[in-house]
Amino acid sequence: MLLEEQINADGGIDGHQVSFIIEDDESEPAKANTAVTKLINQDEVAAIIGGSTTGSTLAMAEVTEKSKIPQVCCAGGTKVTQPVKEYVYRTPPSDAMAIEKLLGYVENELKIKKIAVLHDANAYGTGGADELQSKCGDYGIEIIARESYGSTDTSMVGQLTKIQGTDAEAVVVWGTNPGPASIAKNMKELNMAIPMMASHGIANKKFIELAGEAANGVTFPGGRLLIPESIPEGSEWRKAVDDFSKLYKNEYDLDIDTFAAHGWDAGLIITDAMKEAGTDSEKLNQAIEKTKGLVGIDGIYTYSSTDHDGLSVDDMIIIIVENGEWTFHGAEAEPVN
Amino acid sequence: MKADEKRNRVLWCSIAVVALVIALALSLKGSKGLQWVISGLTVGSIYALVAMGFSIIYASTRVINFAQGEFSMLGGMLMYTFSSQVGLPAWLSFILAVTVVTALGAGFERAVIHRMEGASVVALIIVTIGFSIFIRAVAKWIWGTDPVKIAAFLGEEPLRFLGASIVPQSFWVFGFTAVAVILVFLFFNRTLPGKGMRAAAGNPDAASLVGVSTSTSSLLAWTMAAALGAAAGIIIAPINFAAYSFGVMLGLKGFAAAILGGLGSAPGAVVGGLILGVLEIMTAGAFPSGYKDAVAFLIIILVLLVRPQGLLGKPEGEKV
Repeated sequence: MLLEEQINADGGIDGHQVSFIIEDDESEPAKANTAVTKLINQDEVAAIIGGSTTGSTLAMAEVTEKSKIPQVCCAGGTKVTQPVKEYVYRTPPSDAMAIEKLLGYVENELKIKKIAVLHDANAYGTGGADELQSKCGDYGIEIIARESYGSTDTSMVGQLTKIQGTDAEAVVVWGTNPGPASIAKNMKELNMAIPMMASHGIANKKFIELAGEAANGVTFPGGRLLIPESIPEGSEWRKAVDDFSKLYKNEYDLDIDTFAAHGWDAGLIITDAMKEAGTDSEKLNQAIEKTKGLVGIDGIYTYSSTDHDGLSVDDMIIIIVENGEWTFHGAEAEPVN
Repeated sequence: MKADEKRNRVLWCSIAVVALVIALALSLKGSKGLQWVISGLTVGSIYALVAMGFSIIYASTRVINFAQGEFSMLGGMLMYTFSSQVGLPAWLSFILAVTVVTALGAGFERAVIHRMEGASVVALIIVTIGFSIFIRAVAKWIWGTDPVKIAAFLGEEPLRFLGASIVPQSFWVFGFTAVAVILVFLFFNRTLPGKGMRAAAGNPDAASLVGVSTSTSSLLAWTMAAALGAAAGIIIAPINFAAYSFGVMLGLKGFAAAILGGLGSAPGAVVGGLILGVLEIMTAGAFPSGYKDAVAFLIIILVLLVRPQGLLGKPEGEKV
């Protein structure tokens, strides 16, 4: 843990060294539940970071809520913070925010009224499609076809020919790799001219690598850190992202990715609150809820008793793939908080 | 025996005709139907190859090898390692990947299945399930969870005709499947070792009395099934990527195709695979796509109610 080294090298928190204990849930809710029980009962941790998927997070939340241990997760699912759970917070932009960002772009920039939704049949895809359906009315957009596919399906041609037969003006794909990459390739194969839009689930270079040329033109909402140039130069946030990039590059010889940022920010939020409240879980939870204007990598965090999301829609941008590279759109709205 | 073969051939021809009629009818409905058939046959060919792997092992040993899908997954991942990571030419990577997986299949047969001689078929089947979990865990450890891309053998620019389009890789898929099924069919019906393998499964004691080694035939079956599975995984990868978790889906679909076509029959595996592939794409295109697997499998169940032995299977299930 890079953060652990850095905090302790800087003298720890009030002179105390911080220690991070790592358990792997393999993205399985049952394993996450077991691991979190162990962390709380055996390791007696003051706070928990995780999980990274919505399913794991909800399984962990059952335990943390009961034990009254603050949990800062790295999952995007709407259910994580709606309704607000007293001890559960998140660092990434929520799926709901990503959908608002995307629908705003469709309404104001593309000026399109009719879209088709093609989603993964898993929890992430279905949740996203439900959210799209409930929000699209606010943007004057109509979903005229809603189709699904299995995560490891070989061909999505059937669903796409059906969408081809409607007068949808864009396809919104909600899922994670490799589904959206297969769809991008299938759409090219079928010569479909309407644009493909996707979720922030493809906000990684893997998507471009998999879909190849078919990735060009695909549009999706993503965090600003993906394209640091979208963050105003000279701002504290920009500096935080640049520093983190350098650190990450030095340590792992990798470009930063959103997951690394979510975890880092979670650690930052907890340790920041610890400086004030110490390690008593109850006090710590109150301090986390009072977090205001804390500059992270994903954005600037402000929690309140009614908002455990922390970020806002303007912490995101619209990203379009052009010539195999990300280009951004919609940065003109200054990040708030 | 003669009458059996004749009946089989008649059935085989009739199904070919039915398939042709469906294809024609669909193409008359416009490019959409033709597109479904083309895409469905591509996917279906892969199911057919995996199904053939199931059938070969079943026909020779009565064991259902639930690690069959993992052979395909391994084929795809090894192809990625040899061609993309090591940088070898595609043909060499293909040979190497198939060789490694074949060796693994043969090695597993010698190291485990062979040593369990006398164990019940159910015990052997459970061992194959364990083997599949093991392969998946090791693959996850080696390659991680991210899917990987493998370059198409002949470029990716789709060809268009009659309003439908087809990616060049599909021709590799069709060609390979056709060659594989003919070779497997001829091997089991026209060569001595092939006939011996069928005999070994039908009546092990009698077969060994006349000099057919059941041990050799089991080894041969596993070797062939592993090679076919690996090749299937490699040729589909440019269309559908490859990932450590893909073996489960391929195994399940391949198994369903084998049952539909008649477990133990090579032509049956092909017919079952192609029908399943086309059904899947068609139902996704014609019904609410959330129900596509349900519809496809409902049709399979209906077919099995009428013909429990599968479309081309025989009640005794000894034909390959």
